Amino acid sequence: MSKPLPTSVRTHLTALRALLVMTVILGVLYPLLVTGVSQVAFSQKANGSVVKSADGKEIGSSLLGQNYNLPKKNPNDPNEQAQPDPQWFQPRPSAAGTGYDPHGSSASNLGPNSDDLLKAVNDRRAAAAAFDGVDAASVPPDALTASGSGLDPHISPAYAKEQVARVAKARGLSTDTVSALVAKYTEARSLGFLGDPGVNVVLLNKALSETK
Amino acid sequence: MSSTLAGWLQALALVGALALCYRPLGDYIAKLLTTAKHLRVERGIYKTIGVDGDADQRWPVYLRSVLAFSLVSVLFLYLLQRIQNHLMLSLGFKAVGEHGAWNTAISFVTNTNWQDYAGEATLGHTVQMAGLAVQNFVSAAVGIAVVATLIRGFTRSRTDRVGNFWVDLTRICLRLLLPLSVVFALVLVANGVIQNFHGFHDLATLGGDTQSIPGGPVASQEVIKELGTNGGGFFNANSAHPFENPTGFTNWLEVFLLLVISFSLPRTFGKMIGDHRQGYAIVSVMGIFWAGSAALMTFFETHASGVALKAAGAAMEGKEVRFGPWATSLFASSTTLTSTGAVDGAHDSLTPGGGGVAIFDMMLGEIAPGGTGSGLYGMLVLAIVAVFVAGLMVGRTPEYLGKKLGGREMKFASLYILTTPAIVLVGTGVAMALPGERANMLNSGAHGFSEVLYAFTSAGNNNGSAFAGITVTSPWWDTALGLAMVFGRFLPMIFVLALAGSLAQQQPVPATEGTLPTHKPLFVGLLSGVVLIVVGLTYFPALALGPLAEGLH
Repeated sequence: MSKPLPTSVRTHLTALRALLVMTVILGVLYPLLVTGVSQVAFSQKANGSVVKSADGKEIGSSLLGQNYNLPKKNPNDPNEQAQPDPQWFQPRPSAAGTGYDPHGSSASNLGPNSDDLLKAVNDRRAAAAAFDGVDAASVPPDALTASGSGLDPHISPAYAKEQVARVAKARGLSTDTVSALVAKYTEARSLGFLGDPGVNVVLLNKALSETK
Repeated sequence: MSSTLAGWLQALALVGALALCYRPLGDYIAKLLTTAKHLRVERGIYKTIGVDGDADQRWPVYLRSVLAFSLVSVLFLYLLQRIQNHLMLSLGFKAVGEHGAWNTAISFVTNTNWQDYAGEATLGHTVQMAGLAVQNFVSAAVGIAVVATLIRGFTRSRTDRVGNFWVDLTRICLRLLLPLSVVFALVLVANGVIQNFHGFHDLATLGGDTQSIPGGPVASQEVIKELGTNGGGFFNANSAHPFENPTGFTNWLEVFLLLVISFSLPRTFGKMIGDHRQGYAIVSVMGIFWAGSAALMTFFETHASGVALKAAGAAMEGKEVRFGPWATSLFASSTTLTSTGAVDGAHDSLTPGGGGVAIFDMMLGEIAPGGTGSGLYGMLVLAIVAVFVAGLMVGRTPEYLGKKLGGREMKFASLYILTTPAIVLVGTGVAMALPGERANMLNSGAHGFSEVLYAFTSAGNNNGSAFAGITVTSPWWDTALGLAMVFGRFLPMIFVLALAGSLAQQQPVPATEGTLPTHKPLFVGLLSGVVLIVVGLTYFPALALGPLAEGLH
């Protein structure tokens, strides 16, 4: 008969066994159960709310914003600034990687008095006003600021409205047609009072691509 | 509907939902902490881990069990991260570096969930699920277990037994956290939160780009991250990420989840001590601070200030369109008052006033309503201080709930309230004194100082949110904040358990005419005043250098 282990060692062994039991229940069985039920009951949402084009190709997630830029003039130049494509509704500025990169969700983290942020806001205001052909003072705040995730799929109804004429002209559509699409993809507050309304840019642009 | 009306309605709906849960959830937790009956599966667990589920522990034994469990957890979590490249579902990520793994292990075991890493670029599914999410459950349970011993200290007399840690831990996980998590994880998935085991998959976008859609068991982790007041996001952007928090409804639900246990525990307290009025007094104080903080935060965030935010026309930097300033403010106040630290927007980009409220919320010591369990024990310690102060005024030995507050008890209570401020202020001071470490701030001037102050306040109080512009991945920051988290979690716990042991041994004294009634509005006011004075006097100089200086800018 060997000597019994000291109390402190026994306590730690008990702790280790407890942790392993909890890991099996809470770290393996629990997520497996939730995944199993989710995949059966809510498979589209559980897998990322992926959106498909009319010909069945996956083109994004309705929850993750995307870039809609013109092709680069020189694809090998890493310093060339991407230019927005007038044919598409443009999303908000993004701090996720080079913009809307889900490998690096992030906010800018610039403070309220930051000189860098002040300059970015002023530059964006001038650029958006020129691009959309509107008065600089009327550009809404969400068009001038990066979101918390860098993946925000929404823009405010005001920013969508600002872009209607420019998109209609670039696509040769009537502004009424484009405005109707904007209205269709404007998502109200959840249950009518939770959060804020927004226009889903991914779904709006998809609908736009299918409109002749 | 106007934003203002919607904003008020979401807050009122939240208060209503929490009020509805107060009695049933509080009573349920009281029952599971006091019943002698074990479930069959629990008996199996006690047998497996080798403990006697019917034997209560003395407070030092209970404490050693808590510490042993936490130490083993840190080592296990550290190991998992260090061998990540050999694990299943690692998505090709390499092993986490030494100081980063230490920081993360400490962070999740202490219920802080400070993150020096970006989830989607660092961790595979196994570490998230079998490492981090497990700690989300058990660290929350440890907090509730410790407050249970303090309540037992009041209800028991002439005993040296304060409960059995292994029984408390098992019951809180299996009877409380797990069932709620299963239900609400499915609610989240039904609203768009992802739940799968995929890695990234690439697709071609209409704009001619390639985008990678992430995968992962997010909903199962998201729910316990809120419910257990943990706050560590699956993704870097935390609850601002659309895959963690896709709609206005999920946002509201997440705020509800991170508040519901801590706001119901005063009912548990009232039930266990046999006087519900005492619970109402405590929850009133918590509610006053929560409502005040939410109102102030909302005011600041809906009135843009700071030159850059003013230039943009609204405080939308770092905020998601689907939430907007109202919902983001409600989340920001609730997460900083509960030691959760999840964020649905960038706190670094809050207005000077809003950022100041967030820091002040944490400085209150995470008590309104605080982390699961830790919030209530923090508030009860302050209640003891408040009773003591009142006792000094009239010159008699103070007593709370029939227990005399003598020198021993007051020593533990005083040590408790001194610990965290010491960690926060010393840590901030040292970081600011070292030019190399100070340079890690992103913003400059007063806001840069706020980033450092926020970091140590968050770590010391086990919150975990950040003014995230600051770079904290260097060995110095990983180590310093790791130490702040360890001491900020376990020193107060030691004092609470010692206090529980000391109270349990006492013979109750009958209430007399001179006893201060602790269930009346007078006491609610007194306790609120003590909270404000303790925090205000301790932190005012630091607040003046950071957020106040910035607001006056």
